[in-house]
Amino acid sequence: MLRILKKNFKVGKPTLPYCPGQTQAPEGFKGSPEIDPEKCTGCGKCIAACPTDALSIFDSRQEDKRTLFLNYGDCTFCGLCEPACPYQAVSFKGKFELARRTKKELILDFPFTLSKCEKDPEFVPEEAIPSKEKPNVNQSFSHGDFSSRFTFDELSHHLKEKIKSIFGRSLHIREVDAGSCNGCEVEITNLANPIYDAERFGIHFVASPRHADMLLVTGPVTRQMELALVKTYAATPSPKLVVACGGCAISGGIFRGSYAVVGGVDQSIPVDVYIPGCPPRPEAILFGIFLALDKVSRDRK
Amino acid sequence: MNRAIEALKEKFGAALEGIWQETERQTYAAIRKDSIVKAVGFLIQNLEMRFLFLFASDERKEAGCYRIRYVFSYPHEDQFLILVVKVDEKEPVFPSITPWMPQASWHEREVQDMFGLTAKGHPDPRRLVFHEDWPKGWHPLRKDFKFSGKIPRDKGEYPFEKVEGEGVFEVPVGPVHAGIIEPGHFRFSSAGESILKLEIRHFYTHKGTEKLGEGKDPRHLICLAERISGDNSAAHAMACAQALESLSGIEVPRRAQFLRVIFLEMERLHNHVSDIAGVVLDVAFGFGAAQLMRIKERFMRLNERLTGTRLLRSIITWGGVRKDLSDQEKEFLLRETKKIKKDFDQTIQIIWNSSSFLDRVEGTGMIKKEIAEALSGTGPVAKASGVDRDLRRDHRYAVYPELLFLVPVFDEGDVESRLKVKIQEIYESLKLIHEAVEAMPQGPCSMEPKPLKPMKSALGYTESPRGECFHWIATDREGKIGRWKIQSPSFANWPLIEYAVLENIVPDFPVINKSMNLSYSGNDR
Repeated sequence: MLRILKKNFKVGKPTLPYCPGQTQAPEGFKGSPEIDPEKCTGCGKCIAACPTDALSIFDSRQEDKRTLFLNYGDCTFCGLCEPACPYQAVSFKGKFELARRTKKELILDFPFTLSKCEKDPEFVPEEAIPSKEKPNVNQSFSHGDFSSRFTFDELSHHLKEKIKSIFGRSLHIREVDAGSCNGCEVEITNLANPIYDAERFGIHFVASPRHADMLLVTGPVTRQMELALVKTYAATPSPKLVVACGGCAISGGIFRGSYAVVGGVDQSIPVDVYIPGCPPRPEAILFGIFLALDKVSRDRK
Repeated sequence: MNRAIEALKEKFGAALEGIWQETERQTYAAIRKDSIVKAVGFLIQNLEMRFLFLFASDERKEAGCYRIRYVFSYPHEDQFLILVVKVDEKEPVFPSITPWMPQASWHEREVQDMFGLTAKGHPDPRRLVFHEDWPKGWHPLRKDFKFSGKIPRDKGEYPFEKVEGEGVFEVPVGPVHAGIIEPGHFRFSSAGESILKLEIRHFYTHKGTEKLGEGKDPRHLICLAERISGDNSAAHAMACAQALESLSGIEVPRRAQFLRVIFLEMERLHNHVSDIAGVVLDVAFGFGAAQLMRIKERFMRLNERLTGTRLLRSIITWGGVRKDLSDQEKEFLLRETKKIKKDFDQTIQIIWNSSSFLDRVEGTGMIKKEIAEALSGTGPVAKASGVDRDLRRDHRYAVYPELLFLVPVFDEGDVESRLKVKIQEIYESLKLIHEAVEAMPQGPCSMEPKPLKPMKSALGYTESPRGECFHWIATDREGKIGRWKIQSPSFANWPLIEYAVLENIVPDFPVINKSMNLSYSGNDR
């Protein structure tokens, strides 16, 4: 007992402060890719380096326009685009607070004039570009095999406005792994450690969806987990919030296109906030949860 | 190896259709389908080889048949032997070896699901990977498997094995669990509190990773490999990179090999500390869990500082490593690991002085050596049951043979000895990191990769924190990836848990489960 007290005394308080928008990631953390529009020429060299469709190009001959899309919802933060860029326009500066309410807000677009791009010696023509689709911003959950299970009450969105005032500072979360690689679970577990200590914000992880206000869903939603996810959603009392955590949960990420995945949580159940990252670091998850509760703007004021 | 080949030739003569080497330490032997059961038995009993795993591939386009490969380890000579069996398209049946070798059971059931080949004589021919709503006749690893839009959902029920008798009841658990863990289903049959039978039903997180890898760019394949089992990212990336390097015939620079050892051991550190913390938490020893979680975070912050990612992703790549360590960073690593070691020491001493903790872990979740061997257990789970195996020592890779380390082995096979193995491994890993940092030569840390050679195959392997991890990659005619087999340690270890829990009480299950720390995603892929 004395040794426990001694150790506790010696360690002191390891908890780190966290305030949305003001906390810096520790030194060395790579974070998300950023494109410098001053340096980027729209050549398209980076597209082939990307393992997912996070980088894509859309050409329009008629308008003489080329658009480069950077979709954080698809990004695995692998860093392969950085060395692929001949102009050093891609950099990683440790940014992590990327959570947004809609998929559209996760996408950055960089417009270029196509005829100008073609003069660039590094220019990659449209035919040679692997992903030339406009990013999918569809958030409808009617694509799931089990969407007919929902009742009207569960879907009434106006209730969600009320939630934020009702929950105040206390929030009970049920975590659901819908097929993640367990990277996100590692980081969510870390939220409970003394360093990030989510309990100090009133955030508590509960054992059953019936006790939860929010579902924190990870993974691309595998075909074999879809029913379990929908059932868990149905078991959570209304009003409820859903946060999709990690690149897979937003769009299917690196697993999109497989026969065994649905490809994103919002294909099966409605989602309120998307947290990009592969996996998102614990503070990024906290940021997403705060955003869902509308606490971010309040704190910033 | 020559002796083994000679013995095999002598015994099987005409049934042996060819022997060839793909790489220096990987020998292949083609054998007729009807002799495979005898050949497998001969290798294990007479030549003391060890069965690792088996898998199929669809080579109808190239060779007009399916092939099944049985991979064996020959640790005395640091060699792998792979038996190859042809299965004709017209007769998609192969003899099951499970009645003699229980560890092949899941592998054969997986082949049945993924390829539609039938294991004749398998004692448990139920589906493994696909659940009851998967339509009949759809086998995704066949080359002609195509799907557009959605795969229809069938109706059906999975027949669980029943235990009957007075007072016996079933406890179904999962797939959504109470803790923050991955999904899987457990069905306990118990009488009172003690468990009579546990049946596990997994593959909820099956993502079709092996199929996704086919035709991928090798660099992207490593990205995908890092996401097979998130906390073992570096180990999977390493195994995958090794296979790709053999296929393209490149030699990884020495400095990169030392760096790889450092990163792989750093991964072991945060995994093992997290496992011990999990067990301590599950026995409700709050102080110990909080301290160990804090130590784990120190390791993760160290990862982040040195590699830019907390789970050591995007660091090991095809041809080397993506980031070098500067002298300053090397010094930081040594200083920080020394400090954390002291911190860990003190915490572990306090935990092991607590009788209420020891009471829960001693004698809990016993796995006997015979069971661990018969089911091909691997990693700390097997080492705690007296099975002395470690790929780092038995099959050379990276620069492990040049470094000095011990493989901890305990005989009891309970939760406590699994924890002890992990604690010892933490100390060994710290030692390895120090050795590697000091011995690391100057030089480049990556090589420009060459294209993959067509129609070749190679095996890559690592001793991941969970145990032996294998990646087998074959290229097609154009030099693209034609088949990618992932054998994760969890796939080998999951069946063991059905034995570990027997005669234990249901509340001890979380402790046993955590002490084995098996990955659901790595198992289901």
